[in-house]
Amino acid sequence: MAQADQIIAKSADELARLIADGGLSSTEVTTAFLDRIDAVDSQVEAFLHVDREDALKQAGEVDNKRSAGEALGPLAGVPIAVKDVLCDETKACTCASRMLENFRPPYSSHVVNRLKAADAVLIGRTNMDEFAMGSSTENSGFQKTKNPWSLDSTPGGSSGGSAAAVAASMAPLALGTDTGGSIRQPAGFCGIVGLKPTYGRVSRYGLVAFASSLDQVGPMSHDVSGSARLLQAIAGHDPLDSTSLPEPVPDYLSTIDQPIDGLRIGICREHYGEGLSPEVDRAVQAAVDTYIEQGAEVVDVELPHSKYSVATYYIIAPSEASSNLARYDGIHYGYRAEKFDDMIDLYARSRGESFGAEVKRRIMLGTYALSAGYSDQYYNKALKVRRLIRRDFDDAFSKVDVILSPVTPSPAFKIGELADDPLAMYLSDIYTISANLAGIPGISIPAGQSESGLPIGLQLLGPTFGEETLFRAARMFEQRTDWHKQRAALA
Amino acid sequence: MAEQFTSEDVRKVASLARLRLEDAELETFAGQMTDILKYVEMLEEVDTEGVEPMAHAVERSNVLREDEPTQMLPREAALANAPKTDGKFFLVPQIIDAE
Repeated sequence: MAQADQIIAKSADELARLIADGGLSSTEVTTAFLDRIDAVDSQVEAFLHVDREDALKQAGEVDNKRSAGEALGPLAGVPIAVKDVLCDETKACTCASRMLENFRPPYSSHVVNRLKAADAVLIGRTNMDEFAMGSSTENSGFQKTKNPWSLDSTPGGSSGGSAAAVAASMAPLALGTDTGGSIRQPAGFCGIVGLKPTYGRVSRYGLVAFASSLDQVGPMSHDVSGSARLLQAIAGHDPLDSTSLPEPVPDYLSTIDQPIDGLRIGICREHYGEGLSPEVDRAVQAAVDTYIEQGAEVVDVELPHSKYSVATYYIIAPSEASSNLARYDGIHYGYRAEKFDDMIDLYARSRGESFGAEVKRRIMLGTYALSAGYSDQYYNKALKVRRLIRRDFDDAFSKVDVILSPVTPSPAFKIGELADDPLAMYLSDIYTISANLAGIPGISIPAGQSESGLPIGLQLLGPTFGEETLFRAARMFEQRTDWHKQRAALA
Repeated sequence: MAEQFTSEDVRKVASLARLRLEDAELETFAGQMTDILKYVEMLEEVDTEGVEPMAHAVERSNVLREDEPTQMLPREAALANAPKTDGKFFLVPQIIDAE
């Protein structure tokens, strides 16, 4: 039997192959990760819910299927942590909000059903910023997740629980959601791989909505092949989501190790100006050199409206959030205030008592931006700028295969450092947000470390349905470096 | 666009959004909303004349299914998360005077 520390050090792809070949049982693997959670999650606080008995039962069922010679799914026996925003009818789904503290969904999300069909072991539900609103996982209604590389730093957000779970080797794979960078930014802060797929590539059915035109579910893993394997399992058309696109899903794993000859990398010079930390700048420049050594061509591209992306996002996303979160009124489900004067007061107190500050702030921003007299100034204006941002990308991708940039302006910030300055917090997503507005895919990969040992991420953006290109380009970098093999030294 | 977002402005928007706030929150949110809205003002400098709004990343017209009955959520499941129920209906506070 392999040592537990050897098991948790393996990538998801290695584990999947070992379990499929019979080198390891799912029970051994799942036990190793559950033990790791027991050992370190009291420090990291990545998980909101872990059911050891249920996880081992799932693992045992996979082992039994294998013993019986039954066909196994592509994720057979591999533990996966799931962000607590994706409905699973067998678990509570809280969105890290007091509003949904006791909510048990009556149905499962498309991606959870896909994971079960792929024979994955759903090992636990991960912490997040409340309703996926935030960039640090400090906005959870229950606990603050810590960055496994430095426990006084944030893991990023809103998928900080999922990122920290992988980075701390408590799960080899995790699902996150990305509305303005919520997979890529925490992946960058935690030194793991995170991919936001093309909007419509993965069904949002059963994903609790924050901003419906921007939200997208995606994979997180130690290396590129893990994310490719997980995306393979969850991507594809779902008739229950009208925004899910009926496009065929490529076999990502079969091409991932093929380098792209003459890869054309777009660089937008505006990404390298004021606000970018020298450490991140150096890491990104080193990454460019790595690509050039492999024959890549660097091409300057212009994204003239990218500087408006944060402003555009912080009109559109709160506007959609104010509408989506109107359903939480304390009537049919969720928190209901005990004392109130009348019907309106019931709504207002239920929402006021159970939502956190970030959620209230965004609901109010959206309500204001959509209110009579202001919607043309704010919401409609932002929608027009959004189209210009999309056009910039279309023009750029007529010249290049991928656009390379930092993921974030700096490595992970300290817990509490930006808590009272929401605008500064919003600007930590400045390199990621435009991909959500345009609907294009983006991947964050480990590409360096700061002097204090915090991970630094590299972002590659691709054209619509360019995930295969992103995986191959990201893998080219991975084959020449070992940043993805580094693990947080968590006792 | 808004120069200064006051506590009274926050109170009005919170009322529209059905959010009951504490007095301390009004003050904090007023300052933060002012900062955010001032930042957002940069959109004014973008020439959007003749640009079609982009509400969605995927250009879709309405998606309609056949008008056929499908399986509904069973009553028990629909009521399972209700703050109050009598087993048949959601129980809500009385809002109409008995007289």
